[in-house]
Amino acid sequence: MKNKLIPFLAIVLIPQIFIAIAILDKPKQMNPEVLEALRVEVANKPKKAVDHGKFAELQKDFKTPQEVTQACLSCHTERGDELLNNHHWLWEREAFIEGRGVVYLGKKNLINNFCTGIGGSESTCNKCHAGYGWDENGFDFTQQHNMDCLVCHDNTRTYEKASGGAAGYPPVDGPFAPDYNFITANVGMPTKYNCGYCHFYSAGGNNIKHGHLEEALLNTTRDVDVHMNREGMDMSCTDCHKTQNHVMLGRYYGTASNDYNRATCTQCHGVKPHAVGKLNEHTVKVACQTCHIPTYAKVNPTKIYWDWSTACDLQDGRPYEMMDSTGRISYQSIKGTAYWESNVEPEYVWFNGQADHMLASDSITEFPVKINTLFGDYYDPKAQIWPVKIHRGKQPFDPNYHRVLKAKLWDKEPGKGGLWVDFNWETSLTEGMRIAGLPWSGEWEFVETEMYLPISHMVSPKEMALGCTDCHTREGSRLENLTDFYMPGRDRNATVDIIGILLILGTLGGVLLHGTLRIVMARKRNQ
Amino acid sequence: MAKLTYVYKVFERFWHWSQAFLILFLAVTGFEIHGSFNLMGFDAAVRWHNYAIWALVWLIVFAIFWHFTTGEWRQYIPTTKFIKAQVEYYITGIFRGAPHPTKKTVYNKFNPLQRFVYLGLKIFAIPVQIITGFLYYYYKYPSGGEIQSIDMVNLELVAIIHTIGAFALIAFVIAHVYLTTTGHKPTAAIKAMITGWEELDHDEDDVEKRPEES
Repeated sequence: MKNKLIPFLAIVLIPQIFIAIAILDKPKQMNPEVLEALRVEVANKPKKAVDHGKFAELQKDFKTPQEVTQACLSCHTERGDELLNNHHWLWEREAFIEGRGVVYLGKKNLINNFCTGIGGSESTCNKCHAGYGWDENGFDFTQQHNMDCLVCHDNTRTYEKASGGAAGYPPVDGPFAPDYNFITANVGMPTKYNCGYCHFYSAGGNNIKHGHLEEALLNTTRDVDVHMNREGMDMSCTDCHKTQNHVMLGRYYGTASNDYNRATCTQCHGVKPHAVGKLNEHTVKVACQTCHIPTYAKVNPTKIYWDWSTACDLQDGRPYEMMDSTGRISYQSIKGTAYWESNVEPEYVWFNGQADHMLASDSITEFPVKINTLFGDYYDPKAQIWPVKIHRGKQPFDPNYHRVLKAKLWDKEPGKGGLWVDFNWETSLTEGMRIAGLPWSGEWEFVETEMYLPISHMVSPKEMALGCTDCHTREGSRLENLTDFYMPGRDRNATVDIIGILLILGTLGGVLLHGTLRIVMARKRNQ
Repeated sequence: MAKLTYVYKVFERFWHWSQAFLILFLAVTGFEIHGSFNLMGFDAAVRWHNYAIWALVWLIVFAIFWHFTTGEWRQYIPTTKFIKAQVEYYITGIFRGAPHPTKKTVYNKFNPLQRFVYLGLKIFAIPVQIITGFLYYYYKYPSGGEIQSIDMVNLELVAIIHTIGAFALIAFVIAHVYLTTTGHKPTAAIKAMITGWEELDHDEDDVEKRPEES
């Protein structure tokens, strides 16, 4: 029997070797040199070629911010032309939208799901306009001297634009009035602080709108944002939102519509950033952000629900605010009811880079009203699964014209229809729709609204990225609402599974029955 | 007259047991991917399901070569002769202690039912599993600097066929293991597949049943 030992060992050993390898097998690691090269590239920043503090043009006593702009443009002669077509200046972009054709959309004219839009309240909303003087009476978008260079290029962190109806002007006096000579001596490329001056505080306060853009990013840790980590690369916005001739990469789909000039992960990391091929293949259908931003609003909370229908409640004829137990404002007479959340798991949608936006003139037939629509589905080769913040709320609606109604929110004086001053829906809707140039029936109700905000910031370290079973699981998959495709581990054909299990149980039962019968019969024969 | 006979060659046994192990391993990892249970983790299950199928494909390539070079493929030529007798034996005869209706020899080691089932396994069930499996895993694949995609609209059909195949193979394994106990002694067939040696009845007309050999 000696000759049988070798095949027997082979038979037993080979599966065991296989099992041993299976147990010892470790996932492949990415080559660290790839990231090291990126680090070197990002860290390589040119030194400033000039000291603006030595320019005679910047030593004079500036009376108005426009004089500063003119001083800038006297040397940077072509930059004004560049900004003339920039969305930070125009607050609109040319877009082609299926079904609408070529349209010009942006903050200038769109309704959003937060403060609803600037119409009628320009002088306060347009604090964040990169210009001076855009108020309710309009604005001349050809006047370069009204451009605000400093809000983006001040590197002293002292430049302020005034609140409360200043139409984008800085304070004229007081502690926050800018020291123009100090500021102009220290201008440079925009920093996180410059971008954040507006983008962190959109919708009226830190992190309210986006949930992944907030002041915590100015000084943050690796867990919150692997790129902006103060102890790591401490990258700034423009490292990814690369800018040339004032054309920035990147767009915010609350207002943008088309897929071009986007800032992407792949512009640095390439389309095959993983050591494991299967993960690279996922990028065909899954955006990087989906796995690498498992939660947003990691430090400060973000508003996820804004119900305008409860606004205008007064106590003793005065507006009031209420806070929840964690100090978040849960009710304001001027804004209604709000819900906040921290460490939010995003929702997930198909998105191909094209978006539509509800226009004030649209006749609404579907509820909840989609303030913006991200296009794409499984069958769209350009679409990927994206993480989104879906901001829900309630907005006023004309039940006869089937339109979302635009209220005028703010005015310097009472009695002019400003909701935040008069607390009267009827007059502010009348005024808001008059400014929008649209008819309304005089009736209003509140309807549910949704806005879709793709999440791209607060990228987590790789060890915190989603794992397979966050999605590939039968119960509680992150993608449980995306049902237009078959996903292993989540989906199955229930009929096939039942028949299959019955087949196995039937076979087992059959052989057990057959075997038992054989034993019984054999015993009988032997007796 | 029963005589100890060398029936299963070294490669044949190696192939049989490796294939048995791989199919069981694929079943366990496969049903973990399917979401039926948690054992080694989805990530590891996917990776090892993929490694195991490559091992199985290589094994099958060698097995095909072996079958053709040794002429053993003829053992799988289906026949209807005695098939009724064989079915009747499993339904009634076996309980009465009746003799096997077909006689196992080195050159005719499968009964007519085995011929049908094993041939079906070789030319239908396993190829279907391998083809659907490869489509399942590789319908997106990296190529050059990009990820290419076979223009397959949905994974669903492929996945469902693959699942049906998996259930069928498990049912086969259960029945197959049970039927090994129907030999001379309950463990005789398994012993034979391990050692290669089995007690077979030898008649004088043995030679006549031999298929033509080249």
